[in-house]
Amino acid sequence: MIETVVQVDLPADEALRIRKLRLQPEDGGNGRRISVVTGIHGDELEGQYVCYKLSDYIQKNTDCLRGTVDIYPALNPFGIDSITRGIPAFDLDMNRIFPGSAEGDMNEYLAAQIVRDVAGSDLVFDIHASNIFLTEVPQIRINELHADRLLPYAKEANVDFIWIHGASTVLESTFAHSLNTADTPTLVVEMGVGMRITQSYGDQLFAGIVHLMKRLGVWDGEDFDVRTPVVSADNDDVCFLNASASGIFLKDVNHGAALRTGDLIGRIVNPLTGAVIDEIKSPADGWLFTIREYPVVSEGSLLGRILYGKESSV
Amino acid sequence: MEKKVLFEIKALYRDDFRVTGYSFGQGEKAACIVGSMRGNENQQLYCCSQLVRKLRELEAAGRIREGKEILVVPCVNPYSMNIKKRFWSIDNTDINRMFPGYDAGETTQRIAGGLFETVKDYRYGLQFASFYMPGRFVPHIRVMKTGFEDVELAKQFGFPYVLLHTPRPFDTATLNYNWQIWETKAFSIYTTTTEEIDRVSARQAVESVLNFLRKAGAIDYDGFEGYVSKVVSTEEMVTVRNRSAGFFEGKAEAGEHVRRDQVLACIADCYEGEVIGEIRSPIDGTLLFAHAEPRVYQNTAVYKIIPEREEW
Ligand SMILES: [Zn+2]
Repeated sequence: MIETVVQVDLPADEALRIRKLRLQPEDGGNGRRISVVTGIHGDELEGQYVCYKLSDYIQKNTDCLRGTVDIYPALNPFGIDSITRGIPAFDLDMNRIFPGSAEGDMNEYLAAQIVRDVAGSDLVFDIHASNIFLTEVPQIRINELHADRLLPYAKEANVDFIWIHGASTVLESTFAHSLNTADTPTLVVEMGVGMRITQSYGDQLFAGIVHLMKRLGVWDGEDFDVRTPVVSADNDDVCFLNASASGIFLKDVNHGAALRTGDLIGRIVNPLTGAVIDEIKSPADGWLFTIREYPVVSEGSLLGRILYGKESSV
Repeated sequence: MEKKVLFEIKALYRDDFRVTGYSFGQGEKAACIVGSMRGNENQQLYCCSQLVRKLRELEAAGRIREGKEILVVPCVNPYSMNIKKRFWSIDNTDINRMFPGYDAGETTQRIAGGLFETVKDYRYGLQFASFYMPGRFVPHIRVMKTGFEDVELAKQFGFPYVLLHTPRPFDTATLNYNWQIWETKAFSIYTTTTEEIDRVSARQAVESVLNFLRKAGAIDYDGFEGYVSKVVSTEEMVTVRNRSAGFFEGKAEAGEHVRRDQVLACIADCYEGEVIGEIRSPIDGTLLFAHAEPRVYQNTAVYKIIPEREEW
């Protein structure tokens, strides 16, 4: 059943609705609930495929459903519709306004109603796709404050990598942080790249979601095997590669590559002069779990991330 | 006056990115004034340009105090200014959410870091700030509560109001907040506008800054004394919101004293023209902020009112 989570009227003959699909057995089920949420950032579309695939799969096998699955494919419908990362007209990152406020402005109100609706789920997936600049291997990012609670779920989500990162005040206003502090376990998935859909990654995460549905008693159908992810809990074992100069970045390896010290990752070139401005080489042995996709870089632009001393999980 | 490049990034096709500063006098790093950080902050840039002009005259007249240095940085983001984009040209990040910055990080972290490296050593830090909502303000000084804030000093500007603001999570990455963490006395100056230039308000702001610099012992100046500032915390302010979306017809302006139940604005249906909502003041007070755009969304904070107090 499609339900409207929150609705507001707009000035020119339009209503903004954030909707979800609720899937349940006819008798309402056992009360357990998994929520799959995406589209906070309007330029990240990898979650669209996951929502579609999950919805299609469950609706074809409803007899196996024991609990509730709520699918929220578009928390920022304006952004998705206008290729805008944030909330258009407000130039605002929607993932910096949670938990919102019922008495606040339109966006704060939307945020508050979304949190109210999702809260209480036994597990939430918040699916992101990095941004238009970077491609990521399928991974889950966990704030160290919530690691004890989330790590057991994350390990069974069929991702390649789990990155436990330090707490930061700025991140306190994210959707996931608001729910995690309100005792609703929420996993932030980052995979693929902005403005594109990588179906193989979607299939991989789909299998992880179904597997966790089964573990949580929401699902009694087919199960999928899940891979063992690499886990990084030490901020010093992730190396950030930033551009030393402005130019056009040409990548020489893909994300997921196993690197040896000195391997060429890519080059920054100047098409005006024909010169190679910099060659980016791996500073150590490791696993390239992020690589820059968008070619134009300025000094400082992120080009990649390497997990030292690891190869890959597969 | 010495014009100097504080931070620079070489570009591929554009001119090099430069943050330029103007320094007056020599000696102790007395005060630093920062202007626009976003591409739409015309008023903030304009205020700094007028301040540079005034300080240059004062310096020529020998009125910068011996052993004091004042730095003005009119614009931290000329790239966005020149292409009329509010945030950073390529990734839309906001430099004023990147402090204290990081010299090995992303581009806007490097810009913030490069600027902060210079400005963190000043005794007083002043920033011409803007608000994200479209509208007009009563000129005021905003001070963030960090434990290092100095309200008495904020009154020295002679602005009508000093607003005490409790930082929210994203405020911790602003210049003002980090200045205070590094023990610079920091003040954000809000004039009336952002995109539109209000010369009267800018003149008042420049006079106030000069007034402050005089009281801080950095310049000799015969200026006006200004107002006796009233101190208000942001929690005390009353926000008035419209219920329906539609055309916004304001009937009261920032700075106006309003009475309880007074009609502040009407909302009209965008297709049919009928008035569908009336916004009334819930209290007696002064309008600190008034919305100024033709249309409003539901529940927009269209007015912010400073409640009237007995002792005023
Ligand atoms: Zn995202």
